[in-house]
Amino acid sequence: MGRPVAYNVNEKKLENDISIANMPEGHQGEGFFATSLNKVVGLARKNSIWPLPFATSCCGIEFMATMGSHYDLARFGSERVGFSPRQCDLLMVMGTIAKKMGPVVKQVYLQMAEPRWVIAVGACACSGGIFDTYSVLQGIDQVVPVDVYVPGCPPRPEAIIDGVMRIQDLIGKESLRRRNGDRYKALLEGYAIQ
Amino acid sequence: MSLTNDRIKERLVEKFGEQVSAFSEPYGMLTFEAPKELNLKVLNFLYDDEELKFRFLTDLQAVHYPDDKGRELAVVYHLHNLVDNVRIRFKVFTDIKTPDVYTATGLFSGANWMERETYDFFGVNFVGHPNLKRILNVDEMDYFPMRKEYPLEDQTRIDKDDEMFGRG
Amino acid sequence: MTEHEHIRLPEGSIEKTTTTLNLGPTHPATHGVFQNILELDGERIVSAEQTVGYIHRAFEKLAERRPLYQVTPLTDRLNYCSSPINNMGWHITCEKLLGIKTPKRVDYLRVIIMELARISDHLICNSIVGVDTGAYTGFLYVMQYRELIYEIYEEICGSRLTTNIGRIGGFERNFNDIAFQKLDKFLAEYPAVLKEFINLFERNRIFMERTQGTGAISADRALNYSFTGPNLRAAGVDYDVRVHTPYSSYEDFQFNVPVGTTGDNFDRWQVRNDEMWESLSIIEQAYRKVKEFKGADAEVFHADVPEYYLPEKEDVYTKMEALIWHFKIIMGEIDIPVGEVYNCVEGANGEVGFYLISDGGRTPYRLHFRRPCFIYYQAYEEMTKGSMMSDAIITLSSLNVIAGEMDA
Repeated sequence: MGRPVAYNVNEKKLENDISIANMPEGHQGEGFFATSLNKVVGLARKNSIWPLPFATSCCGIEFMATMGSHYDLARFGSERVGFSPRQCDLLMVMGTIAKKMGPVVKQVYLQMAEPRWVIAVGACACSGGIFDTYSVLQGIDQVVPVDVYVPGCPPRPEAIIDGVMRIQDLIGKESLRRRNGDRYKALLEGYAIQ
Repeated sequence: MSLTNDRIKERLVEKFGEQVSAFSEPYGMLTFEAPKELNLKVLNFLYDDEELKFRFLTDLQAVHYPDDKGRELAVVYHLHNLVDNVRIRFKVFTDIKTPDVYTATGLFSGANWMERETYDFFGVNFVGHPNLKRILNVDEMDYFPMRKEYPLEDQTRIDKDDEMFGRG
Repeated sequence: MTEHEHIRLPEGSIEKTTTTLNLGPTHPATHGVFQNILELDGERIVSAEQTVGYIHRAFEKLAERRPLYQVTPLTDRLNYCSSPINNMGWHITCEKLLGIKTPKRVDYLRVIIMELARISDHLICNSIVGVDTGAYTGFLYVMQYRELIYEIYEEICGSRLTTNIGRIGGFERNFNDIAFQKLDKFLAEYPAVLKEFINLFERNRIFMERTQGTGAISADRALNYSFTGPNLRAAGVDYDVRVHTPYSSYEDFQFNVPVGTTGDNFDRWQVRNDEMWESLSIIEQAYRKVKEFKGADAEVFHADVPEYYLPEKEDVYTKMEALIWHFKIIMGEIDIPVGEVYNCVEGANGEVGFYLISDGGRTPYRLHFRRPCFIYYQAYEEMTKGSMMSDAIITLSSLNVIAGEMDA
């Protein structure tokens, strides 16, 4: 009963030993490189994200596996995970958020300094998951604005890393004036955040 | 002589007579019930008696039977005799309008949170409990969610299509 | 802030003799969300009030809506560090209700999976106790070997963490050669790692001074609080469900039940380590027994109960009864007998009990999970009264409170 599960024996060959990230566009000369400020700032921010792991349940254990040496998250710049919201950029909400916990998530989000991003890891944080009950918040986007959603129950560490890489894309391309603009203010108004 | 279900039943009937009733043995575990006024007396008897020695409270919770008028809430105690390795189940039934049951925290400290959980879900009022307030649900909740009349889902959701879930 | 109105400041705090500290739900040292409101006199704890329920997911009410198979994913998420034990416990409860007897090979395979889950859970607990005393290396080193356990689960059921492994009556597929190869690799590499992990801590003076004598509980108080599992065994009581009421053929195995003396943090750490060695020995014995089944016997991976276990697809397409059973199982219309059953298994934290009342319908009438974490966390105040703040943190992590199991 059931197909036998096969182990992947076809290894993909590495093209290069070391792959180098692309430089942003700009004007280069002898001893200088000129580009626009937001590209440089984006490059710096995206490669040194300090996450705040808000791990409530099972996805938290997969996060521990992601931080472990097999699926190292530290190579993406997240070597130092902080537990203080004042010192972190990325709020990683992993696990089910119950209605009792909703105000706590909101308070932690309010204590973070701009620029801040939120990633909802796992089906429960995205939309309540399998728990369609009276006590579970059906998705953290009811209380905080979310940038990236990573589905899965729990998502594999590769999926969590993929989510972090999408956040890196978002950070790299973000305009420096976004946080002061009307659209962002309207977004926060929608969540009753001043 | 090892402790068998029949021997336990004998001792209970000897001590309490007609008040313990409804003896049955589903899947090998002796189950009986007593009126709710006697729950502490029965628990103390099972604890103190040198032959019975049921000194470990495995579990305490409630069941709601909305159709059994006058006996809607059943508080179920699972007790365990660790020395002779015997388990029993003891039930007390109470009316839903006056769900007062004496607390077992004097005898078993572990019953503290178990009774709070039962209160939180079913509304059973444990008389004499040191700190009977909600434990798992939000404090502002004004109903007892595990009772059969209340729904499972959050009623404030607007984006779910009940037709698709077979509830439309 | 209105959302914390339920916290009332005690008298001592208002008169400034004690400080109120909120060891809040978001905290690095807890693997899970629960709150302690501590009253501190300097560094010493005067009282602790616990608030739980920050991850209450209404499992018991959810289970009343789901047919028996659909309850298995809920049991996964109880103690998610060792979810196969919960799954197997639930399946054994269903088998008790339905009167199904599983063949020996299935029992031995179940034992292998449950003991792997136990090792997985104890590894997290012990390495996190290490992290809380400041030693991060042990944790990283040991997580690598949990990946090997995850690979074994993946080979059998497809999932790493919340496994939903097994079915009522057995397993969904036979363990193939690759699963056994991975098990061989684990058994070959892991003992050296465990030995090295223990060497890092066992005679380490800092670790010993931080954990010995702190967070102690006596056997009488532990029994009164209905402790079970490694926390109770560290206090000196040798109660282990695998020995007392053997399930899944545990009576065929030779193993010791490690017991501590004082019930302090160091004893709990030692008991968990010794249990990991015992689990390794049980896995080796079970593996040898499984290898003894030859020929057709080696193909047995489930009990022959077509009413509750999906029949083979070839039969579904050709035979009428198989088609009916397939339809009934998938639609959740299987016939459950009326009755009530309480069954328990030895989870990584203690006795995980399932109290199932069925009224003959398609879903349970009432399903209650006896969750060890919920029950023993009550004793935290008693264990930490009078101790220092940092000892309280270590006590919290050595108790191994998993919030998912506590709040259910």
